Amino acid sequence: MCLAIPGKVIEVFEDRGLRMGRADFGGTIRKVCLEHLPEAGLGDYVLVHVGFALSRVDPEEAERTYRFLEELDQLGELRAPEAEP
Amino acid sequence: MKYLDEYRDGRVAAKILGEIRRVTTRPWTLMEVCGGQTHSIVKHGVDRLLPPEIELVHGPGCPVCVTPLEQIDKAHAIAARPGVVFTSFGDMLRVPGSHTDLLRLKSAGADVRVVYAPLDAVRIAQDNPGREVVFFAIGFETTAPANALAVTRARALGVTNFTLLVSHVLVPPAIAAVLQSPGNRVRGFLGPGHVCTVMGTREYEAIARHYAIPIVITGFEPVDLLDGILRTVRRLETGAAGVENQYSRVVSPGGNAAAQGLIWSAFEVCDRKWRGIGTIPKSGLRLRYELREHDAERRFDVGALETHEPAACISGQILRGLKKPHDCPAFGTQCTPATPLGATMVSAEGACAAYYVYGRHPGEPVPVP
Repeated sequence: MCLAIPGKVIEVFEDRGLRMGRADFGGTIRKVCLEHLPEAGLGDYVLVHVGFALSRVDPEEAERTYRFLEELDQLGELRAPEAEP
Repeated sequence: MKYLDEYRDGRVAAKILGEIRRVTTRPWTLMEVCGGQTHSIVKHGVDRLLPPEIELVHGPGCPVCVTPLEQIDKAHAIAARPGVVFTSFGDMLRVPGSHTDLLRLKSAGADVRVVYAPLDAVRIAQDNPGREVVFFAIGFETTAPANALAVTRARALGVTNFTLLVSHVLVPPAIAAVLQSPGNRVRGFLGPGHVCTVMGTREYEAIARHYAIPIVITGFEPVDLLDGILRTVRRLETGAAGVENQYSRVVSPGGNAAAQGLIWSAFEVCDRKWRGIGTIPKSGLRLRYELREHDAERRFDVGALETHEPAACISGQILRGLKKPHDCPAFGTQCTPATPLGATMVSAEGACAAYYVYGRHPGEPVPVP
């Protein structure tokens, strides 16, 4: 029910006082309400739930978390006791 | 798709699993709060990859599941009236009430329509000025802004033939209810990522402090879930209570202030009954008094409804993390997604339905990770 997916904003327009847009979800284009996410603009990825943009995906945070996870086993190896020669 | 595919990468998942195995020294029971997380965990088999010390129990965070039978019966009574267009998210159509479900009402001639966005229901009301258009406003904090937008928009545009049947629930009081349950085994929580995109993480700090537990706000993809589990176990192993944000690419500590403002412009906190659990104080939202003209329960008097739940159903204990679907003798026999007995089987995000759909049948051998 709380399913929300990231889509790329490809159009921004106004509909009788409401800031709306269109977002591309891997090829599927849907109308999105951007009124409550003023910081999101063209080209941004936004997290959308039932036609409502909840938050902007922060590319730097995504990169930072992911890189940390990718480096996990290297960190693990560093922590592991050194093998007997 | 960007921001989805990389969080399904088996290579990264294997690294995190290795780290979980390395840091785990004792048994721990964790609860994922959100039904979307439960679905993803069972679908991807995340729970079966974990070391045997780590048990995941499934929380009450499926709004379709916990919508009380009275509200479902009210929806059906309203939808069956002539002149009404009843609109709903698709998830609610098959949920059985005491006598019928929305899909059966539709096939019997009622005008029941599925909408993707609540704003679409307002459009239907504008296009049908001679009809009463009702929207079934269910959901957690994630859905509340979109539902609030629909009713405030209808008000602003003077759409008087649009009403909401509200059955909104809130996550923090449900977490507190789980922790206060006699026999509770849950020691740490994977917090609801999408709820927190709206509400932020601060209201979870008080719970973490009061109960001295870790709550890690977690996303929905396998890599997110494993990362959330790793962070929770690390905190449990070192005795570090508190809130941590695994899902920082979309969740900020303060959440979306504009969306919160929108919620409070339409709704106020109330006591709410949860299917399978009972009434939890201050655990729901209802329309503000100023918007009473858009309240379907005021517009349509459906009278007193009597409901009863099947005695065989143990969904209340499952929703509080006290039991698993397999503990129920009716699971998969008397109770299936086609003939659900209670809350956790009625929606794909309920723990029982997820176990059933992904072939978790009793007695099935569990593969060794």
